[in-house]
Amino acid sequence: MTHHINRRGLLKASGAMALLSGLASPAILRAQTPAIKVGVLEPLTGNLAYNGNQCAAGARFAAEAINAAGGIKSMGGAPIELVIVDAESRPEVAAAAVDTLAEAGVCAFTGASASALGLASSQAAAKYDLAQVFSVGTAEAIVERGLPNVFRFTPGVTKITAVALENLGLLNEAAGKPVKTAAIVHEDGPFGSQLAGIVETELPKLGIEIVEKIAHPTPHRDFNNIALRVKASKADILIPTNYINEYTLMTRALQQQRVELMAIYSILGGAASNIKFVRENNDIAQYVIDCNHWYDPNKEASKALAASAAGAGIDMTYDVMVAYATIQVIADALERSGSADRKAMIEALAASDYDGSIMPYGPTKFVNGDNVNSRPVNLQVRGDKIEVIFPKEYATIEPVFPRPAQG
Amino acid sequence: MSSLILPAVLNGLTMGAVYALIALGLTLIYGVLHIINFAHGSLLMLGLYAAYFLFHFWGIDPYLAIVIVVPAFFALGYVLQRGIIAPMSAGSEQNVLLVTLALSLVIDNLALYFWTSNTRTADIAYAYDTVEVLGAYLTLGRVIAFFAALLVAGLMWLFMTRTRTGAAIRAVAIEKRGAEIVGIDVGHTYALCFGIGTACVALAACLLLPTFYVTPQVGYTFVLVAFTTVVMGGMGSLPGALVAGLLLGVIEALGGLFLGESLGQLGIFVAFILTLLFRPAGLLGRRPT
Repeated sequence: MTHHINRRGLLKASGAMALLSGLASPAILRAQTPAIKVGVLEPLTGNLAYNGNQCAAGARFAAEAINAAGGIKSMGGAPIELVIVDAESRPEVAAAAVDTLAEAGVCAFTGASASALGLASSQAAAKYDLAQVFSVGTAEAIVERGLPNVFRFTPGVTKITAVALENLGLLNEAAGKPVKTAAIVHEDGPFGSQLAGIVETELPKLGIEIVEKIAHPTPHRDFNNIALRVKASKADILIPTNYINEYTLMTRALQQQRVELMAIYSILGGAASNIKFVRENNDIAQYVIDCNHWYDPNKEASKALAASAAGAGIDMTYDVMVAYATIQVIADALERSGSADRKAMIEALAASDYDGSIMPYGPTKFVNGDNVNSRPVNLQVRGDKIEVIFPKEYATIEPVFPRPAQG
Repeated sequence: MSSLILPAVLNGLTMGAVYALIALGLTLIYGVLHIINFAHGSLLMLGLYAAYFLFHFWGIDPYLAIVIVVPAFFALGYVLQRGIIAPMSAGSEQNVLLVTLALSLVIDNLALYFWTSNTRTADIAYAYDTVEVLGAYLTLGRVIAFFAALLVAGLMWLFMTRTRTGAAIRAVAIEKRGAEIVGIDVGHTYALCFGIGTACVALAACLLLPTFYVTPQVGYTFVLVAFTTVVMGGMGSLPGALVAGLLLGVIEALGGLFLGESLGQLGIFVAFILTLLFRPAGLLGRRPT
């Protein structure tokens, strides 16, 4: 049998099909809503590539979760489209990459794993009225320049060190004050030096004397000298601040030189909050404490993120968490402003009171670009897991302090 | 502080052995090919990954992996010289520099792409074991590397001075055209040399893995000090590389102890400059005639 369709019939059929497809497949119509571009500026290559790629993964997980939940509802369910650019671990490249983001038409961006990169990128972004929500940027200079486009969601070095020392005081007090002396080992860049300076000033106020302070370059090939000096100092605890590779070599050397310590108490330790370090160096990682960025593991979104990361074979590091959270913050600002206009985004972020992120923070409140309700947490390696020990309301395990004597 | 000097010197010697091992291949390649191989650090990184993956996927101990990795890297070096460096450089030494630089960029970025920037460490049972020498605890892996460096330098010296192939290599290094006239296959000798140099760096990688980490950038951690070792020892001198490597290890350790770890590395470069001032051909290098 042959069907003949004339022109009028074809038009009627096409119109009916179009109507039906619109009614039956709202998802198709929604997908046609223009996507909102959000930038991710991270060091994907160079010596910070590990952190940068972890951050980029976190941002992708966040965008997928937001889009799966219906996109930005106040903008007709517009999905978020990430524009990911490489800062190459170099400040001048980070600044130039902002031009790429601006040309791509992003409404705001997250980044950039290290303070030096973030300082350069936010400065460059200011001329475009482009908001940068910092994933990691602990140097206080970031929020001291008065740039209206800077929004540091996570805590800075001053707050982290203050919380870390407060918690160290609590731990020592609860254990009957066994810790009387400490050694500091830090990388000699701005991050490590600034932090070590604060610890040097504040730690004696807790009744703990600093008996050794050792700076080292990055990269550093041999930690035996440092381990010998720490051993000779007879310090009760060691407070290290360095990046993952040096942290790994340092803890190995401490073990090899048989350095007896009541605790390794890291502040922004590069490896102590990294499950990969725990997996590959399980013996020496035991009972290491770190004060760092971390999520609230009890939240549903956190559990979903952990599952997504596990499914993708990506380790759950703080980089993944903070980048995820900053995309949540940007999405919330889009939701409230109902616009992807850059100035509107800066206003929406400045007025943000978002409290739905995966981080254990109170409602967001930016004062001079710094989220005053952010806070770090204390973690301790136990078995093959990284557990939260402070603050108490998020703790997943009781702390062990001092650590049992090494056998 | 005085009680730390002996342990620091001994640890410095074991670290210096690692520098010497890495520098041996580099100095051999310079000695014959008269090129500075900018891809040496990248080849070290590849060697570390090869040893790491053999351990990670098949449980092959890094020391056992030597019998797989070293021949494989000899072949890789041979093919690189014959298939890429020689044809692309067209006989120009300046071009060789650029080709090895390009090779290093390609290798590093491919490593970053395929293996990501994740830091990897091999969780080997004896990684934390130490040997007590005169009251100092020395990392077992480093002590092994120390004796391996002595052995390899000795074997390479014997190979170069006591074998026909070694004689052919020396002939090519001294007078390429003359060697060609007497029937030595210069292209093959060049590739052989590059292969041996690459095998040396692979051996260094296998000996380094138990005590060090692996990332795509790890080559840069050693390559500068390896170049310094080669120049300080005398470019092309195998015993020179060994002596300079051990010396630099001790200088670095003592510098770190007395000047602090940040300034301590200055000692390496002060020693380097002094050597260039007073012995421009290097500690055991021959003055040009």
